[in-house]
Amino acid sequence: MRFRLKEGGRIDRAQRLRFTFNGRSYEGYAGDTLASALIASGTHLTSRSFKYHRPRGILTAGAEEPSALVQLGEGARTEPNLRATQVELYDGLTAAGVNAWPSANCDLAAWTGRLAPLFPAGFYYKTFLWPASFWKSLYEPAIRRMAGLGRAPEAPDPDSYDKMNIHCDVLVVGGGPAGISAALAAGEAGARVMLVDDEATLGGALVGLRHRVDGVDGAAWAQAAAGRLAAMEEVRVLTRTTLFGYYDHNSLSAFERRTDHLGPGAPAGTSRQRLWNIKAGRVVLATGAHERPLVFADNDRPGILLASAAQRYLNQYAALPGERAVLFTNNDAAYEVAHDIVEAGGTVGAVVDCRPEPAAPLAPALKEAGVALHTGSAIAATHGTKRVRSVTVAKLDGDGGLSGEQYRIFCDSVLVSGGWNPAVHLFSQSAGKLTYEEARGIFLPGTATQALEVAGAANGSFGLAACLAEGAAIGARAAEAAGFGDGTPPPAPPVEAPEPGAITPYWLAPGLKPLGHGKAKHMVDHQDDVTAADIRLAAREGFRSVEHVKRYTTVGMGTDQGKTANVNGLAILADALGKTVPEVGFTTYRPPYTPVTFGALAGRDTGALMDPVRRTAMHVWHEAAGTVFEPVGQWHRPWWYPKRRDDKHAAVARECRAVREAAGILDASTLGKIDIKGPDATTLLDMVYTNAFSTLKVGRVRYGLMCGDDGMVFDDGTTARLGENHYLMTTTTGNAAHVLEWLEEWLQTEWPELKVYCTSVTEQWATVALAGPRARDVLAALAPEMALDAHSFPFMSVKEGVVAGVNARVFRISFTGELSFEINVPWSHGRRLWDALMEAGAEHGITPYGTEAMHVLRAERGFIIVGQETDGTTTPHDLGMDWIVSKKKADFLGKRAWNREDSRREDRKQLVGILTDDPKKVLPEGTQLVDKRGQPPIPMIGHVTSSYASPTLGRSIALALVKGGRARKGETIYAAPETGFLPCKITEPVFYDSEGAKRDG
Amino acid sequence: MKKFSIFSLARNALSHHEHWPEQWRSPAPKPAYDVVIIGAGGHGLATAYYLAALHGITNVAVLEKGWLGGGNTGRNTTVIRSNYLWDESAALYEHSLKLWEGLAQELNYNLMFSQRGVLNLIHNVHDLQEATRRVNANRLNAVDAELLSTEEVKAFCPILNTSPKTRYPIMGGTLQRRGGNARHDAVAWGYARAADARGVDIIQNCEVTGIDVEAGRVTGVQTTQGTIAAKKVGIVVAGHSSVLAAMAGFRLPIESHPLQALVSEPLKPVLHCVIMSNGVHVYVSQSDKGELVIGAGLDPPNSYSQRGGLHTIEDQMGAIVELIPIFSRVRMMRSWAGIVDVCPDASPIIGKTPVEGLFINGGWGTGGFKATPGSGWVLAHTIATGEPHPLNAPFALDRFTSGALIDEHAAAAVAH
Repeated sequence: MRFRLKEGGRIDRAQRLRFTFNGRSYEGYAGDTLASALIASGTHLTSRSFKYHRPRGILTAGAEEPSALVQLGEGARTEPNLRATQVELYDGLTAAGVNAWPSANCDLAAWTGRLAPLFPAGFYYKTFLWPASFWKSLYEPAIRRMAGLGRAPEAPDPDSYDKMNIHCDVLVVGGGPAGISAALAAGEAGARVMLVDDEATLGGALVGLRHRVDGVDGAAWAQAAAGRLAAMEEVRVLTRTTLFGYYDHNSLSAFERRTDHLGPGAPAGTSRQRLWNIKAGRVVLATGAHERPLVFADNDRPGILLASAAQRYLNQYAALPGERAVLFTNNDAAYEVAHDIVEAGGTVGAVVDCRPEPAAPLAPALKEAGVALHTGSAIAATHGTKRVRSVTVAKLDGDGGLSGEQYRIFCDSVLVSGGWNPAVHLFSQSAGKLTYEEARGIFLPGTATQALEVAGAANGSFGLAACLAEGAAIGARAAEAAGFGDGTPPPAPPVEAPEPGAITPYWLAPGLKPLGHGKAKHMVDHQDDVTAADIRLAAREGFRSVEHVKRYTTVGMGTDQGKTANVNGLAILADALGKTVPEVGFTTYRPPYTPVTFGALAGRDTGALMDPVRRTAMHVWHEAAGTVFEPVGQWHRPWWYPKRRDDKHAAVARECRAVREAAGILDASTLGKIDIKGPDATTLLDMVYTNAFSTLKVGRVRYGLMCGDDGMVFDDGTTARLGENHYLMTTTTGNAAHVLEWLEEWLQTEWPELKVYCTSVTEQWATVALAGPRARDVLAALAPEMALDAHSFPFMSVKEGVVAGVNARVFRISFTGELSFEINVPWSHGRRLWDALMEAGAEHGITPYGTEAMHVLRAERGFIIVGQETDGTTTPHDLGMDWIVSKKKADFLGKRAWNREDSRREDRKQLVGILTDDPKKVLPEGTQLVDKRGQPPIPMIGHVTSSYASPTLGRSIALALVKGGRARKGETIYAAPETGFLPCKITEPVFYDSEGAKRDG
Repeated sequence: MKKFSIFSLARNALSHHEHWPEQWRSPAPKPAYDVVIIGAGGHGLATAYYLAALHGITNVAVLEKGWLGGGNTGRNTTVIRSNYLWDESAALYEHSLKLWEGLAQELNYNLMFSQRGVLNLIHNVHDLQEATRRVNANRLNAVDAELLSTEEVKAFCPILNTSPKTRYPIMGGTLQRRGGNARHDAVAWGYARAADARGVDIIQNCEVTGIDVEAGRVTGVQTTQGTIAAKKVGIVVAGHSSVLAAMAGFRLPIESHPLQALVSEPLKPVLHCVIMSNGVHVYVSQSDKGELVIGAGLDPPNSYSQRGGLHTIEDQMGAIVELIPIFSRVRMMRSWAGIVDVCPDASPIIGKTPVEGLFINGGWGTGGFKATPGSGWVLAHTIATGEPHPLNAPFALDRFTSGALIDEHAAAAVAH
């Protein structure tokens, strides 16, 4: 730790931490970041740049870092592209710079930098075109290998993530002086306040400065304020939390890193990161400002860093940037950095100020300390490869060029300050418009479109006193708007800090050769290697919109989203186009402010919790029976019940035979159930179903088809009339929620005059379908009070009574063709009913059957499944179900559509049966049907919708939709192409009991 | 048009890249054109290019209210495929895919068209039925398609979690090897440069504020840069089709929604194909820059604001991490939204309008990028000849009257 000062800083010197970077061992202290520990050890080279693999070091000390990107850790917990400036040090940390092989120190891909003249912005659009076949085999794979920064882990993430949803009156973003003042003011007024900051401690810029607030060191004042905030009951402070997204209606999202700073010491069972979704009454953006680099020749060598970053490394971490620094600036404020370094015992070789006659208040003191002051000058070149070794300073001619006078100054660090850009990212995300201030060359928040105000440096108020006063005023105002206090801010504490001073915006320092000539690079975007020459090239090639330039050169498209690059790039573009900065405009800031892990965004919504699993009341029984489950929507339904060594085919055949010959039970609880009540319930049903329900008697059940307004079938099911104004509708399992939404949409938008309530009762009633010739015998044993004969309990009717000791609704409906009762009991009694049926049915050979057997049984009987026999292009007529379409009702959904020309086409696809000539061949569902064998393209006439080996018929059967199929019965067609053009015949779509003789048992 | 090549790069390197010409001009609008195309996105620029290149119509202006390629062309997730279910769609998208296959050379612009394969995942029996149907239909339509088992899916894309213990286990997939991605901005720029070279005027920052119609026939447009007369006008404005149609006095059966997309930070190559899943509702590929490009479903509200909500992204991230668990520690770098115009049948409208001489191309919903070349090609034919090409005839506006819909909801790779 050669460059660590003997004393000072805000690190814990009692805790030494060991870490490894780029294969070398280092030591640091608790309170260090990876970047500060490296700088304290004299290491600036961290990684390699994206395109030219130029050596890159640490440019900043915070979230805006574009270049010091590292791959943290190894194995399943490795993480790519982290900013070294934000990685908190822990013992045993290992990291390596990205995009370098074998290492940042010796990178074999550095040849790309030597060929840089061939690789200007957008070079890849102009080449790799010949020969065409080389793109896929050679050029693109090579480009992909060169691209990318870090590596994704190779194993699943062992850590967990979670989410919080929260409301507050006032959300303060940023825990610097302005944010702390705002939170104190709003909190003291009694409002519910959240203060969010992305650093480990509150204080913001104060932590890196020697300014004093209220008579004490600024950082100490911030700590005391944090204590006061913690004592307020309604105030919540989140540190290590980045507010990254500002959405509509004051919805904001933040990303908290809960255990990352602990490394392997993270407590087990604690979520690693947390996503906060915040609804805020008022928002105070106190997001501070980012120092802007100056653009000069070879301004990207390791050892060149922002002046404010060097100041922070010095004051917070007690680390000097090197043996001898040179400051390059266009503003007074940066002189303070040189002053701090000299005060701390470091050496500043020179201050280079591009302004001809600067009047920085600290200049005399620096001169006195022996610091050379070069005014009206710029750094025209830097020297050294993996670390800056010297700079060439040249006098400016006042006309954008050099006057000829040059000096070589030896140094191992260059501190750069081009002024400050307010961090308006979140303001811009909130859909607020930015304004441009010419004098300081900065974008400021303009008109807000949401309930927010901007305080402090983010609002262009760079002085400490102004930050504190503005924060307090806005905080008090926000609290008042939320109904707390009278808007009077508490008095601002006195400060001891210099004022920001004068600045002259300066965008591009000339090099020793004209821009773009020679090897020197004026780097604008340090991450993506975008130079000032690239931006001029883009303008030259006709890319005049700032968005075009961004996309063509990739300026600002890196992981830092151009926090240090965008404004410089924009000004250089404006100059190239001969326009002003506001005329060129600004790109839109897009969320997130800094990158957010997929894991945090996913939270707990992965694995079993990705989508809730819905289970029926009988699920545990099914599981114990070794059932194979089928996912249907969110439900897990029994697919089939293997016995001993049954395969699927054998199990399904056994289940089908049981239903046809004895009795079977199916867990039908998942079918959607909607309770419909109200004086207009009948009217609603008459409108949404194709057939009439006004003619249905109480106690009777009717099957209905539901069509969209396009006339296409979208759901079916039975509806029972339980009372004059009371119905129970059933829907398909997968469509239940959609049907309820459909009913509500019509009720709420088109027919608000109808008095009807629709309530989902799917999970209030457990349902068991009891089917087979012995069904009546089984039920009789459990419902001795209930008359079950076909006369007293006819097909398509409902009875209420006691079954297995439980109040039940029993429906005589059938989806298998056999005598069948669907017994509904309150959900919690489902298992009891199931057990009772199994017991009572034992002597009748009762057999549980799953969805696969159900599908086979209904297909044998020719019953459709919506979503299988239909695909959103199928009308009731196509299904041969004209009988269910009312000719009397004046209007209902779908009716009008059937008058359209296309609905009357003769060659519409119609539901038919298909029998393969070879009865053993079972066609895959989805197989296409054609008239002739041949080579593609071949016109298709239809497709197989359902297909099974039928145990009842002892052969394969299929249903299909075939063009004009009803008129083609008996004809031979072919199933193609995967099955190899199997011949088959078109038949009736009913294979079993077409008279319906079995339904009464 | 000065030809791009490694030689031109080398030559220009010697002169410090100071002599590259503009890729397209920025002309002031002329008072009148034979054809005015409204909208300089990929589709509009392709239309202008094919009008000039194939039909000899070069007195053409393309009007753009912002910057060319700044709408959905620059906002989509760049997936290209032609494995559509219905014959009409398969024909149109396959025609487009065939054009993609030679487009970079034709335009002399590297579009980074990458046929790395599009893999659609199967998660349940219903998916399997649909996939089987689509693969069989594709093959009978001479579109390449393969049905893969779970093991084959794993072999093709090893980072997918094919464990049967996931919430929605992967039961297989369909693969179109000729599908893939292209660099979206380059498509707009390549067409712009090639159209400009053939005399087409591309006029940016020129918003159309009215469409002039006399006696049922279009005569020109009102713009923020003045009146421009035109014998024929094409509306090619994804996201605002209804707005432009209203200017000409007719309505469209279109709903407009925000659709979000996002990219991760750049990573070394880790995903070598396009993954799409209807079942868990997400799609992902890795760009040549190394970013994972991810999209999913619409934000439900109707809106013209290019903004979405985070909840949509949270849902798709749950799905991504479930499908590819090693992405959990990867970070979302940037998210954005575009406005998509969705037709009731999720298929586009390309053809004539009730106004003579006025043509429309829109309603592509979430999937227009892949059709860019084919769409421009058929619209150019329609404008040049006054009648639709057989490829776009089924996509006429009057299908919503006749009922002859091309309903891709059932067949969509991701539900709309």
